[in-house]
Amino acid sequence: MARYQRWLQAGVFYLLVALSGSLLPGTYYVTLLNLIGLHIIIVLGLNLLMGYAGQISLGHAAFFGLGAYTSGILTATYKVDPLLALLAGLLLSTLVAVIVGIPALKLKGYYLAMATLGFGIIVAIAFQQMDWLTGGPSGFMGIPPFRFLGWRFQTPAAKFFLVWALVGLILFLSLNIVDSRIGRALRAIHDSETAALAMGVDAQRLKLLIFVVSALYASLAGSLLAHTVNFIAPSSFGFMFSIKLVTMVVVGGMASIWGSLLGAAVLTVLPELLAVFHDLEVVIFGLILMVVMIFLPRGLVRGLLDLWELRRRKKQGR
Amino acid sequence: MTSSTLLALEAVGISFGGLQAVKKVSFQVQEGQIKALIGPNGAGKTTLFNLITGMLRPDHGEIRFQEQAIQGLPPFRIADRGISRTFQIVQLFGHMTVVENVMVGRHLRTRAGLLAAALRLPWSRREEAAIRSQSLAWLDFVGLQDRADDYAANLPLGHQRLLEIARALATEPKLLLLDEPAAGLDMTETERLKELIFAIRARGISVLLVEHDMSLTMEVADEIVVLDHGELLAEGPPRDIQRHPAVIAAYLGRDWEKE
Repeated sequence: MARYQRWLQAGVFYLLVALSGSLLPGTYYVTLLNLIGLHIIIVLGLNLLMGYAGQISLGHAAFFGLGAYTSGILTATYKVDPLLALLAGLLLSTLVAVIVGIPALKLKGYYLAMATLGFGIIVAIAFQQMDWLTGGPSGFMGIPPFRFLGWRFQTPAAKFFLVWALVGLILFLSLNIVDSRIGRALRAIHDSETAALAMGVDAQRLKLLIFVVSALYASLAGSLLAHTVNFIAPSSFGFMFSIKLVTMVVVGGMASIWGSLLGAAVLTVLPELLAVFHDLEVVIFGLILMVVMIFLPRGLVRGLLDLWELRRRKKQGR
Repeated sequence: MTSSTLLALEAVGISFGGLQAVKKVSFQVQEGQIKALIGPNGAGKTTLFNLITGMLRPDHGEIRFQEQAIQGLPPFRIADRGISRTFQIVQLFGHMTVVENVMVGRHLRTRAGLLAAALRLPWSRREEAAIRSQSLAWLDFVGLQDRADDYAANLPLGHQRLLEIARALATEPKLLLLDEPAAGLDMTETERLKELIFAIRARGISVLLVEHDMSLTMEVADEIVVLDHGELLAEGPPRDIQRHPAVIAAYLGRDWEKE
C-alpha cells in the first residue's frame, strides 16, 4: 500500500516538474530547474549518509567538484567521450571517497565533521592552485554538451530532459535503498551502533559503502553540471557549498527522501527570489533558515505535515 | 543431559586503567544449558558480557566458542558465529518500528546487498518478504505481535526487554546472553520471562544470563557462577550456591535477605 502511494507521489512530482519545465518561459527558468535537479541528486546522497546512517560530511562539494572537473577537463582538453569522462569521474570519486572514508568514518560527530571539512578545503584549494589543469580561480571554459548514443544534449530543453531523467533514476535507487536490508541496517547504526554491531551489522563497512554512494551521487551531479553550464569555477565547489548542501538536507528533513527534494528546491530558488533585496539577501536568507529550524525542527516536509495534522485535529475537536 | 561445551572462558582478564575489572575468570557453558552470572554491582558481569561479544578485547586469557578462539574478533563476526545478546540499558533502534527492530536481527542471515536493494531485484524482494514474516514469527514467540508497527521507543520497558530478546533470537544464535532481563519488570512480566527463557532453551539455544532477581535466577538456572570484584567466587547448581559460605558473605547475605 505505502509502496504504491510512494510511486504515485513520484508520478505526480514528475508531472509537476515536466509541466513547469515546458510551460515556464525562457531559458532562465529551465536553467534554474536544472540546477535544482543537480542539487537534488547530491542532497539525496547526502541524506542517505546524514539522515539515514547518521554520519555528517562537510566536504561533499569536493565530490561535486571532482565530477565536474574530471568531466570538464577530459572532454574539453582531451576530447574524451562525455560518457567515459563521467564514468572516470565516478571512478575517481570512488577512489577518493574510499581513501578519505576509511580513516574519517572511524571518527564520530564533531570530529568527523572536522575531518570532512578539512578534506573539502584541501580539494577546493587544489582546484584553485592546479591552474595548468583546472584553469585556476578564473575557471574552466569550453566544455562540450553531453553526448549519448548519438544524442547531443545542447538546447536547454534537452539538458532539462537529461538532468531530470537522471534525477528520476537516482530517486528510484534511493527510495529502494532506504526501504531495504541495507537501509534498515543504516538506520540501525544511526540509532545505536553498539546494538547494530551486536546484531551482526558490519557498521564500519556499511558507513563506508554509503559514503561512497553519496560521493558517487555528488560526482554524477558534478559531471552533469559541467555539461549543462559548460563553464565551471572553483568557487562553486568550496566550503560554502558544502554547508549549503548540509542545510538543504536539514531544512528538507533528515531521513526524508521527499524532504531532500523540497530542501534542495527551496534553497536553490530562495537566493534567486531574494536577489531583489541586494545586500540584505544573505541576512534574509539566514533569517528564513532560523525561523524554519525553530518552528519546523524536523524539516519542511514533516513539519508541514505536522502542522496540517494539528489543524485537522483542531477542526475535529470543535 | 549429555552435553558438550559451547562456550569456554579460560583465565580471562581485563583492566581499565589501574582497575582490574575481570581477573582470571574461567568457566564454561554447555550446550542446552541455562547458566546465570550473579554478583554485586561492579563485580564485572557486564564487562564479561562485553568480552564474550567482542565489544571489549581481553588483556589475557582465551575465549572459545564451539572450540574456536573468538577473543579479539569484532562484535559482528562473533554474532555471526552464533552469540547474540540483550543489553542491561536497553539499546533498541528507537526510530524504527518494533518489527523493523527484529528485521535488523535477520541482517546476518540474509544477503541482499546495495545493488540488489537499489535495483529491487526479484530475489531481493522475496528475501525481504521472508525477513518480514520470520521477524513477525519471532515477535509472536515473545508475545509482541500486536505491537509490530509501533515505534520501539514508545513501548513500555517490559516490552522493550522482550523486543530485545526477539531481535537477538532473529540472528539465530546458539548462545543467548541476557543482561538483567528482569530489571524493571513487574511480577507477572517476570513470570512470563521465566517461561520465555525455558521456551528459548527448548529450541536448543543455550542461555547465559546476568540477573539480580534471585528467585528468578534460582528457578531458571542449571548452574550459577558468582563473581565478586572481578573474580570467580563460586560455581555450581543453585542449591549449592545458596549454601556457599563465601557467596553468602559476599553477596547473598546482603541482597538475598531483602527479597
